[in-house]
Parts: sequence; structure tokens; C-alpha cells
Amino acid sequence: MRTINLMIVGVGGQGSLLASKLLGSLLVAEGYDVKVSEVHGMSQRGGSVVTYVRYGDKVYSPLVDLGEADYIISFEKLEAARYVDRLRPDGKIIANTQQIDPMPVITGAAEYPEDILDRYAEKGVQIDAIDALSLAEKAGSVKTVNIVLMGRLARYLDIPYEKWIAAIKQNVKERFVAMNQEAFALGYNS
Amino acid sequence: MKKLMLGNEAVARGFYEAGVTVVSSYPGTPSTEITEYSANYDEIYCEWAPNEKVACEVAFGASLRGARAACAMKHVGLNVAADPLFTLSYTGVNGGLVVCVADDPAMHSSQNEQDSRHYAIAAKIPMLEPANSAEARDFAKAAFTLSETYDTPVLLRMCTRIAHSQSIVTLEDRQARPLPDYHRAPAKYIMTPANAIQKHPLVEERTRKLTEYAETCPFNRVEMGGTKLGILCSGTCYQYIKEVFGDSVSVLKLGLVNPLPVQKIRDFAAQVDRLVVVEELDGIIEQHCASIGVAVEGKSLFSPIGEFSQATIRRAFGLEQPKEACAESLPIPVRPPVMCAGCPHRGLYYSLVKNKVTVLGDIGCYTLGAAAPLNALDSTLCMGASVSGLHGFNKASDGADAAKTVCVIGDSTFIHSGITGLVNIAYNNSHSTVIILDNSITGMTGHQQNPTTGYNIKGDPATKVSLEALCHAVGIHRVRVVDPYDLAACDTAIREELAADEPSVIISRRPCALLKYVRHPGPISIDADKCRGCRACMRIGCPAISVRNKKAVIDATLCVGCGVCSQLCAFDAIEKKEVKA
Repeated sequence: MRTINLMIVGVGGQGSLLASKLLGSLLVAEGYDVKVSEVHGMSQRGGSVVTYVRYGDKVYSPLVDLGEADYIISFEKLEAARYVDRLRPDGKIIANTQQIDPMPVITGAAEYPEDILDRYAEKGVQIDAIDALSLAEKAGSVKTVNIVLMGRLARYLDIPYEKWIAAIKQNVKERFVAMNQEAFALGYNS
Repeated sequence: MKKLMLGNEAVARGFYEAGVTVVSSYPGTPSTEITEYSANYDEIYCEWAPNEKVACEVAFGASLRGARAACAMKHVGLNVAADPLFTLSYTGVNGGLVVCVADDPAMHSSQNEQDSRHYAIAAKIPMLEPANSAEARDFAKAAFTLSETYDTPVLLRMCTRIAHSQSIVTLEDRQARPLPDYHRAPAKYIMTPANAIQKHPLVEERTRKLTEYAETCPFNRVEMGGTKLGILCSGTCYQYIKEVFGDSVSVLKLGLVNPLPVQKIRDFAAQVDRLVVVEELDGIIEQHCASIGVAVEGKSLFSPIGEFSQATIRRAFGLEQPKEACAESLPIPVRPPVMCAGCPHRGLYYSLVKNKVTVLGDIGCYTLGAAAPLNALDSTLCMGASVSGLHGFNKASDGADAAKTVCVIGDSTFIHSGITGLVNIAYNNSHSTVIILDNSITGMTGHQQNPTTGYNIKGDPATKVSLEALCHAVGIHRVRVVDPYDLAACDTAIREELAADEPSVIISRRPCALLKYVRHPGPISIDADKCRGCRACMRIGCPAISVRNKKAVIDATLCVGCGVCSQLCAFDAIEKKEVKA
């Protein structure tokens, strides 16, 4: 099989680490060669953050480059737009519709382009927009946004539902498993 | 057992499996997790040292005593540790000694882009460079054997994309190593001129032997894939080459990057029509090839700036790039990193900006005060340079600017390299005002303990440096503490200390808002009826405050209730909550 390329993007502090941890352990359990690449340090402080997850028979580069991403999972609307140039022509963006203003917007130096995803959709980019924040609240905590988005991703990947649940059980504290299972189901089904 | 491991975690695993018993480091992205993961092994004594020089010397002492020891640092940390490193090359080791250095091409979290391979050449020390986590573990482990076999410290070079990428490692058992008896060897370890003169020829001889070893070293590997194109590369570049070319080109992958082989490269060159060196940052392998008379292309195709990727490789070789889903990019605002909501540095910075003060800055989260809207900093050079630089700045104007110039330095950075600068201020008497931003943690690298926090790397209670007593002891008589959430108090402290006819220290003290033990009052809100939309609260650059329909609003998911913004509102529109000291 060819290598499948995922990107998890968002704003530093949004909790994308659990998502990449979950994906990593799931894909290793499925027998794939896997590379997960993160940037730590300065950019974590409210900046734009990106994690690359690549899997297949043999993975070399830790990075996903221009026109290579199969799926971009975005925790924030603007961040989904920031990495569109990484998307393959048949790739898909799974975008949380949450809006977090970056500093140039806060200071008034720039405007937040609220219709940005619609404008990309008009240009033929495949976008699956989802209000993951509301679904996470429904599941019991806004902190499950990452699992809601993983549930959505699961609709597209060729990995059985129960394998995802097993990975959640492996990576989440026992008392939070039920809530995260619910969040996953909401992302998958809604 | 197979495990998905961060490159840095794999280095720590290599230390563990090699029977290492002492690891001492100073945190620095992208090297920090090497030491954090090492601390998870009970068999390894592990610590955060005040700086990289101390860490390297601790590792030296442990090696002298016969233990296998290591230290880890970022590339600029090696500048600090360079002093012991260069002479360690002469003394050699007793127990194996590995200095791990993590470079940061593209400067994801660094102030420069220096290439650590120069140090290996200059200090005449062997250097290994892994290309994934499995190699990181293997090379870390092998480095100790190499160290003991050739009686030399060994450099292990990581870079951001290897250090912070996870890939699969097959775990092996630890080779326990009992501590041998200690035997004195004065001529080997006392580097007086008389002894060092004896040692230098041995260092040159060692380099000759290591160059021979480079010819057969299993980490220098040829992968033949035709004769048209041959690639010389190491580390992450190997991965980008394989990603683009697969097995269709020939590769000489160098794992031992200093010293480089001679005959192996000549033989490889003889087998291919075209030879290209692919290396990030400086053209070190390329220069080596030139020096041994092997014709290569290198920096004529690749930039010495930034990091590479598969796209860089395709571009350099004129290959087609993958088609993108959308050829057109719509303009969107950038999202630079910012000081967090509730960050204690924000209030202090606001007061400095309000007082129109020149600010020499330093290395840490508070470097973010340089960004809009605060634009608070005038300089940031390296760890500690704010304090020593302030003294020079004030001496240059013969004291004329001392009443409107300060420096800011974090608690950990002050311990790292600020103390000596402060001693200089007291000893050589400039009326400098030093502000220590004490947030009770090493923040930017992700919350590491330090000598001012009262805890060690394991989280156990430890002796705590009193910053007040330390400043007094070096001869600073004016030392005062302020709460950076209290803008009026910051304002007074800054004005009074700038006006003083002697050196002074202001300790701006409040723990990092992200520390788990910090209890926040909880989000506060803005009364839309009272808000006049004057944007006074926006001047502090808090990510939780934005303007919607000409009124300021607070994002309750980000706000912690620090209350700095409410002190700026002239219309009493922002809720006030009591903030505990």
C-alpha cells in the first residue's frame, strides 16, 4: 500500500497530543510502519501547531509536504485553511468550526476571515465541517473535542470501529473511557 | 517488544540499555525529553543542572569515577558546554561519556541555526547522527562502546525532526555495569600544560584511528540503486531522499559524521556517474569531499538555510511536485505564539511599556513580550546576555540612560547565566535595574524544575535558592519583590528602582498560569452595557480578549481571571475577582 498522510492542526494548547497518541498506538497495533512528528517548544504557546502522522508498509520522511495530505484534521477553522496547500486533490479536510482569534486579529491588524472554509469549498476542496465543540460538550466535556474529531476521521479510514474503541481504552484513564467513547460515537455518527 | 518512541525517548532508552547511571542536563528544545525520559528509569541518577557547562562537567566527574554518563542539550547549549568539551577531548574518559546535542534547523524554537558538526571537528571528537528512533537508540548505545574503545567523549547529534518524531523501536535489555574501583591517573586527567602537551599528539592519533574506523563502521552504509546518481547524506536528509527516490538511486548513508571516511567515499564516488551531497545547514560533508579530491555537487543545489523536506529534494533534482487540491492560497492572518492568558509576565511588561523603558530581554517564554501589541523588548541574544548587556549599555552612556533602561530575565535563565552578570553589575557598579521574572518554573521548554523552584527532576523536594538572598550576597542592596498582577505596584517599583543611585533588582514573582497547582479565580466577563469599545484592555495582548461588534469580549474557555485587564478599564466594565497571592 502507499503511505497514508494525516495532519492534525490547531492552536497550541488545544490538546492535539492525545489525538496523535491515539492514532499512533492504533496504527502500530494494526501492523503498519508509523511515523508521528510534532513540534514542541515555542510554537506551543498559542501559536499554530501541526502534527504529522504517516503510515504504510514503510515510512521514510516524518513530514507531510505540499499536495501530500490525505486528511487534515483541524481543531480550528483558520488552521484548516492554513494548510490547504498540503492537501492532495482527492484529500479531505475534517474541520472543527470553532473560531479562535490569532493575535493580529485581536490587535486589529487583521480580520478573521469567517467564511474561509466556504470559499475553499467553492474552489472544490473537500471539507467536512463539524461543530466538535458542541458535540464534546454533549459528551460531557469540551476536552473531548479531540476524540470527537477522531470519531469523524474513523468514518473515512479503513480501520474497524472496535479497534478505535480499543485504542481509546488503552490511551485514556479508565474513569474517562465512557465519556470518550460517547464523544467518539458522536463524531462518527452525527 | 516494539514501541512507538519519540527520537528523544529512544536516546534515553539507549542510555538505559547501555547501563548509564548518571545523566545531567539543562533543558532546551528540541533536547529536553532525552533527560525527562531518562529520569523515568530508576536505575539512572538524573538531574537538571543550572546550565550545560555544569551538566557536562557532572558527566565528566561521573565518567572519571568509572560510570557511564551522559548529558543532553540544544545546539546553543553546546556553546555553554564547549569549555569542558574541548579539554575532555584531551583527558578522554574512564566510563563512557556521551554528549547529546540537538540542532534546530529552521529555528522552530531557537535564536540561531548553528550546525553542531563544527564542534565535533573543532574539538576532534567523534559524532554520530541517527536518522530515526531505532537508530537513536542504537547509536546512543553504541556511542558508549566507541567512547571507551577510543578513550574519547562522543557527540550524538539529533535534530528537531528526529528528536520530535516517533517511530518504531524494538526494545532490548539493559546491560548492567557494576561501578569499577577508582584508580588515580593524574597524567591523564590533570590538564596542566606539561600533561596536555603529551595529550595533544594522542588526540591526533585517535582521530587517525577513528578515520580508519569510519571506513568499516556499520553506521556508514552503502545502499546501491543504480549507477546514475549517488547521494551522500546523514540523519533526516536520508529519510527525504528515500521518500523521493526509494531504491532507485545509490546512497552512502553516514551515521558517523565525524571523522568522515576517505576511501569509502572515493569508492562510492567511483561507482556513480553523478555524486550529490544532501545536507542541512552547512556544507561539511561537501568540504570534506573537496579536501579528499572527490568531485561533488552540494550547496550549489541546496540552501544552507532552514530545514529540508521531500519537496526540497524534488525541487533540487528538477522533479515534479505532487498536485495540490487547491492551487490558489487565500490570504489569512498569521498565528504567532503568544503569552498565555493569565501569564504573569504580561502585567510587568505592560508597566514597562507604559513607562517607556528600554528593555534588554533574554531567553524564555517572556521573549514573547517582543511581539505586538506589547513590543516591549529591545534585544534578545543568548542566556544571561540581558544582565551583562544592560551593564554595558549603561556604561556606554556613562550612566545617562540607566534611569530608563532595565533588563528582564527568567528565574531559570538567571540561575543559568544571569548570576555572573549581576556580580559584574555590583562589582563594577552600574546603576542598573535588573528584573527577574520569577514564574517558579522553566516555562518555555515545558515546565522543568530548576534550583529556584524547591523541587528536583523527580518532583521531590530540593534545596531552594533564595533569589533575594543571592542578590544581596553578591552586593545588591536594593532588592524588592512585586506581584506582576498588581499593575500599580509594578509601576511604583519600576519608577523607584530606576531612580535609585545604585544597582537594584526587582523580582516579579507569580507562578506560571499553566502550573497545575495554581488555583485561578476562574473566567471573568465584560459588561457590554458599560464597555465603550475603547480597546484599552487590548493593549496587553491577552489571547482571551477580542472585540465583537465594537465591544470587548472575554473568551471564557481561555480566561483564568488574572484581572490585569480589569485594572485597565476606565469604565469599570470588566468584572473584578479576588486573586490569591
